[in-house]
Amino acid sequence: MSIDTDTARRIARLARIRVEEERLPALAREFDAILRFIEQLREVDVEGVEPMTSVTPMRLRLRPDEVTDGDRQAEVLLNAPDAREGFFAVPKVVE
Amino acid sequence: MTDLTALTLAEARDRLRARDISAPELTEAYLAAIEGADALGAFVHKTPDLARRQAEAAQKRLDAGMSPDLCGIPLGIKDLFCTEGVPSQAASRILEGFRPPYESTVTAQLRKAGAVMLGKLNMDEFAMGSSNETSCYGPAVNPWRRRDDPAPLTPGGSSGGSAAAVAAGLCAAATGTDTGGSIRQPAAFTGIVGLKPTYGRVSRWGIVAFASSLDQAGPMTRDVRDAAILLRAMAGPDPRDSTCADRPVPDYEAGLSGDIRGKVIGVPREYRMEGMPPEIEALWAEGRRMLEDRGAVMRDISLPHTRYALPAYYVIAPAEASSNLARYDGVRFGRRAALSPGDGIVEMYEKTRAEGFGAEVQRRVMIGTYVLSAGFYDAYYNRARKVRTLIRRDFETVFAEGVDAILTPATPSAAFPLGAAEAADPVKMYLNDVFTVTVNLAGLPGISVPVGLDRDGLPLGLQLIGRPWEEGDLLNLAYALEDAAGFLARPTRWW
Repeated sequence: MSIDTDTARRIARLARIRVEEERLPALAREFDAILRFIEQLREVDVEGVEPMTSVTPMRLRLRPDEVTDGDRQAEVLLNAPDAREGFFAVPKVVE
Repeated sequence: MTDLTALTLAEARDRLRARDISAPELTEAYLAAIEGADALGAFVHKTPDLARRQAEAAQKRLDAGMSPDLCGIPLGIKDLFCTEGVPSQAASRILEGFRPPYESTVTAQLRKAGAVMLGKLNMDEFAMGSSNETSCYGPAVNPWRRRDDPAPLTPGGSSGGSAAAVAAGLCAAATGTDTGGSIRQPAAFTGIVGLKPTYGRVSRWGIVAFASSLDQAGPMTRDVRDAAILLRAMAGPDPRDSTCADRPVPDYEAGLSGDIRGKVIGVPREYRMEGMPPEIEALWAEGRRMLEDRGAVMRDISLPHTRYALPAYYVIAPAEASSNLARYDGVRFGRRAALSPGDGIVEMYEKTRAEGFGAEVQRRVMIGTYVLSAGFYDAYYNRARKVRTLIRRDFETVFAEGVDAILTPATPSAAFPLGAAEAADPVKMYLNDVFTVTVNLAGLPGISVPVGLDRDGLPLGLQLIGRPWEEGDLLNLAYALEDAAGFLARPTRWW
């Protein structure tokens, strides 16, 4: 299959990356080349094969459900581009 | 007096313990070397004050006669590791100004062992690249050049700064990370040793995530003994990483006997690629002969799904990256784009990510988004995960048949000129990882060992792939290969 400009625009939108309209055709061609490379996977017989979930057979350990950390508001906000009154600040979301 | 920066990690350790040299003296020698090496673009955030304080503290421990292996050893740390109060930005504009208020598990362990941090090392942005050219800092440069040709070469990637720094003697050793070959390929390009451990051997906590099911940190060092020492210090269980194995870490250095008699080494026929340069073919044959001379038994093996490893990787890694990199939204840390009046939160996300991520990162995030999107998830992502199961099964089969380790080339070529990657299309660039990526998909340990020089005088490496959790055995094989190869060449200083 081939990727058209509309698809490229949709992917960029889903990925929340602004792509200028004039760059879309080139982007579509790049995606197309990469996807053609990936298409080789269709040759493989995967009938009855389980998709890998964990590369090392191990059981995920559960820790005790206890509070062991917290009260770090200052550290959490330390690197925020815009923090006000103990919160992260963003443009207005709800009109 | 000998040049202190010429000592291996093990030699420096022994001389520090013998009070032959002091930790501050060793650190000063490296700081001076770094100051004179800006042309290599290896160190992107230097931390001389921290290094001096750590060296003083290390000397006190050495004076008290209680010093772990790394006490007083100056190291370089890849920019992907979060280091408290020190810029940690994964070579991305989007993490500009980010200073973590915490320390990654690996670097915390190194600090606790008394290691000295000289600074942060260059890399491809978010570890996505094979030439260190996607870095927001500009490329790192290989200390090696072709004979009679001053054209700058890539040190490889993504751990290009780590490789350049170790090869040029700017640090005793460095940390790297490897998602598809990012430790082993740069190690091969710069004539050093690089080890990617078994998935789960080293904690990923505090390391900026690229593809969580493939990422693994490991040592980049001047020789195999140093890799054994540094791996032991980096590895071990971590309650903060649930994928980090609860397994004791052996004393890898103590296991370096060089005795490999009777070990069965697999030589996979699928790694004999069409169009492989004759020099790589010859090096591989040479490596087989060297191991055979030491008493190992060569066996031809088949890993039938090898050719599907790269396509599977270029589904799985971008898929995981698109999810991991969703956190860079301009809200909680890093860069936020300047907004126009009336811009809402979606414009903030889109503009921030457009100006914060470089072209290769954007490309992979979008490919990942596509393969995970409704209607394509099964066709791409699930199929790739099934192929991954088959790739791991290939290895399990040969290991079950008595193969102890596998010998392959580390890279399809020697280091190439900077700028060549830009000219090539992305898919061609991906072929750099053809010999290394299977190891990440199967979660196995792999090590790159410098074995020879090509006709232009550039280093070439071979890769040994081990059984899961058997880094000790793998290091001992690498030790024998290193000894047989006797690779002593060093780059001629031009920087």
